[in-house]
Amino acid sequence: MSDKKLTFKKRLHILKHHYRGKKMAPAFNALHTFLFAPDETTHSGSHVRAADDLKRTMNTVIMALVPVLLFSMFNAGYQHFSAINGFPQEFSLMNDFLTWDNFWIGIIKVLPLVVVSYGVGLLVEFIFAVIKGHEVEEGYLVTGMLVPLIVPIDTPLWMLAVAVVFGVVIGKEVFGGTGMNILNPALTIRAFLFFAYPTWMSGDKVWVYEAVERAGGPDAISGETILGYLAQNKGAEMSYSVSDMFFGFIPGSVGETSAFLILLGGLFLIFSKIASWRIMLSAVIGSLVMGLIFNGVVDAGWIGETSKFYGLMSFDFWQHLIVGGLAFGIVYMATDPVTGAQTNRGKWFYGFFIGFLSVMIRVFNPAYPEGVFLAILLMNVFAPTIDHYVVRGNVKRRMKRLKNATILPKDSAGKANELHAETV
Amino acid sequence: MSKDIRIKKGLNINLVGAAEQTTSKAVLSNVYAIRLNDFHGVTPKMLVKQGAEVKAGEPLFYNKNKENMLFVSPVSGELVEIVRGARRRILSLKILADKEQASVSNDLLNVESASKEEVKAYLLKGGCWPFVKQRPYDIIADPDTNPKAIFVSGYVTAPLAADLNYVLQGKEKELQAAITALGKLTPGKVHVSVGKSENSPLAGLSGVELHKVSGPHPAGLVGTQINKIDPINKGEAVWTVTPQDLVIIGELLLTGKFNAERIVALAGSSVKAPKYYKTKIGTEISTFLYSSGVEGDNFRVINGDVLTGSKSAPDGYLGYYNNTVTAIPEGDDYELFGWNKPVFNKISATRALTFSWMQPNKKYDLTTNTNGEHRAFVVTGMYEKVFPLDIFPMQLLKACMVKDLDEMEQLGLYEVAPEDFSLTEFVCVSKQPHQQIIREGLDLLHKEIG
Repeated sequence: MSDKKLTFKKRLHILKHHYRGKKMAPAFNALHTFLFAPDETTHSGSHVRAADDLKRTMNTVIMALVPVLLFSMFNAGYQHFSAINGFPQEFSLMNDFLTWDNFWIGIIKVLPLVVVSYGVGLLVEFIFAVIKGHEVEEGYLVTGMLVPLIVPIDTPLWMLAVAVVFGVVIGKEVFGGTGMNILNPALTIRAFLFFAYPTWMSGDKVWVYEAVERAGGPDAISGETILGYLAQNKGAEMSYSVSDMFFGFIPGSVGETSAFLILLGGLFLIFSKIASWRIMLSAVIGSLVMGLIFNGVVDAGWIGETSKFYGLMSFDFWQHLIVGGLAFGIVYMATDPVTGAQTNRGKWFYGFFIGFLSVMIRVFNPAYPEGVFLAILLMNVFAPTIDHYVVRGNVKRRMKRLKNATILPKDSAGKANELHAETV
Repeated sequence: MSKDIRIKKGLNINLVGAAEQTTSKAVLSNVYAIRLNDFHGVTPKMLVKQGAEVKAGEPLFYNKNKENMLFVSPVSGELVEIVRGARRRILSLKILADKEQASVSNDLLNVESASKEEVKAYLLKGGCWPFVKQRPYDIIADPDTNPKAIFVSGYVTAPLAADLNYVLQGKEKELQAAITALGKLTPGKVHVSVGKSENSPLAGLSGVELHKVSGPHPAGLVGTQINKIDPINKGEAVWTVTPQDLVIIGELLLTGKFNAERIVALAGSSVKAPKYYKTKIGTEISTFLYSSGVEGDNFRVINGDVLTGSKSAPDGYLGYYNNTVTAIPEGDDYELFGWNKPVFNKISATRALTFSWMQPNKKYDLTTNTNGEHRAFVVTGMYEKVFPLDIFPMQLLKACMVKDLDEMEQLGLYEVAPEDFSLTEFVCVSKQPHQQIIREGLDLLHKEIG
């Protein structure tokens, strides 16, 4: 048979066997499996397996992020032009928002972030896979999409690249790669950026395209986030309506603004049974509870309008969910199964404290108006402890059962007397 | 007395190729084989030499660690081959069957008046002891232990497995004799479970605690029922026997002869006419596989059901404990964009562009493809949805992987057998070998703690 008759599939199959055992095999296999699901069959245990693999799981999360990404590309342009020309008087979705001009800003600003994030991150993953001789695992597929969505739009690309290398190596690979990490890699990257380059991560110049370059000039523009306004007790100067906040026509990190699309993404993830509804629901409850407490403090008159906490404390408790990164964090980051709590009961505690602490950090530390990423990282660290106590509960139940049990002696012991367990 | 057990967590795997309820007599096999793999943890010591003539029911070998545990020949004939593997480990024994079958006749035992020791000795001598399994460790029962209860599951939920209500028809007498005998071996109860709305031959037995079970797989697994009825504690043991093996035990008690006859379901989508065959333990599978016809030539023959069975060659032999033989297509082919395109023809526990949730009663034609590669544990909360035992499945698996004996013990490894993890293995996104992990964990625990 001549080579010409070989199908593409067959050629790849031959190549795969050619590369088997070689140094570059993981790199080849990673690309190969993107094209074709492998021909692997079961060896031990169940002879049939369910349809899902890790790629499908990750892909489902990415699908839930695509609407958010598209929205963010339009919003990049919308915020840019609105900062220059002022917000449109009578907002029309088709004429003011979903325009080619807006989208173009997204293409030149948001897309490069995505490309750099995936390019650098996957490169690091491939290098580690080749060095360590294991397959490229799919963890970065979601991380790579999350990273560009949680940074300010004007983040320099080199800065992002440095942060991604740090996040993937220190946040994940040193622990053993996908599935072994303690901290959410995307948030590790965000935290690195925040603490390494604070001037690029906060203030009123970073959320709108070109605001930094134009600063100080005659055509200077700025865009303050809602949390920024509130932290400075300037809530009254804000021109955003609640519906702006909910649908996301506000400045902020690239993908965090549209609570509406995040909500849809969250519902999709719950429906597809990929993300934990327990974490999402309990995080929402946690943030509402903290918000209510702060509202209560203000209502009780314990805090005056001059207090530096007044702006954020008096903010309606439920509106915390639709501004800043809280919604995005709850839906896409807190639900990371590797770094979150792993037991069903633990997920309730884990989620609740993420919501609770996010709002608390937001209000009490105006230097970190975005508390959610810190809250999630903190709870990532505590998740194993939470699980430990949940699992101990099960162990204790078993111990108690053993204590009440009557252990029969072995027949060879020759005694029919019943012994009480002395092992515990 | 009857207690109902309702299982909610689980997943029914509906496959095409269920055996039709008609029974044919399989062609007599020339050669019968005993596969040592079926007796986990047994080190065989041969009692007969290669070339010796044996009768049906005559001991072939005993367990080195329990010398009174005898393993007998299913047929009469000549021991033609002792197949050995690495380090001369015995893999299987092959017996060329005689045309005229002759059996060893044991003296009859009066089951009603026999003592515990007499019953035990009778079963050990008659070769029926290997049918009694024990937990912890999922091995053949240690005759010296004193089990707190004996469990028999007559409820079948495993995919394509033989319908016990059908194959046990007319065997009430044997079943009752076996139950009466086994009842003497435990100071506790003999728990028998049947399907809730099923008409099982087991339902009329006396001297048992009857449980009516309902719910999806793994409700029919004996491990699930033990966990719900009377979970095992450290230091305790329970014994389990499958109903089709009760029939052989019962026949030995009633006739004094070891009769290896068994009705086997031949099922699976690679079988053209799936149905039941009357045959014997150790028979060549080809004696009935090709009578039903097979589709294509790229299929896998499984001794047992698709979740817990063992791989066999088409010219392999029926396992000692199996009453189901399944043949399904091999899935050794690539699938273009298999990881992201919508899936309609496979079963899934999620809805991630997989659509089996829309048709819960549809029957699927699954292959042996893994549908993905081996990965680290990532997804959480998925095993719990199909794992009704009061145990943390992922934590227990991880404890086994890192060989943490204390943790394995505390998390309940004593209570489980590998088959209890067959469903979590099925749904596992990371394609981890759960049953193998649990098996290795049990072996380690057995070795270290005994």
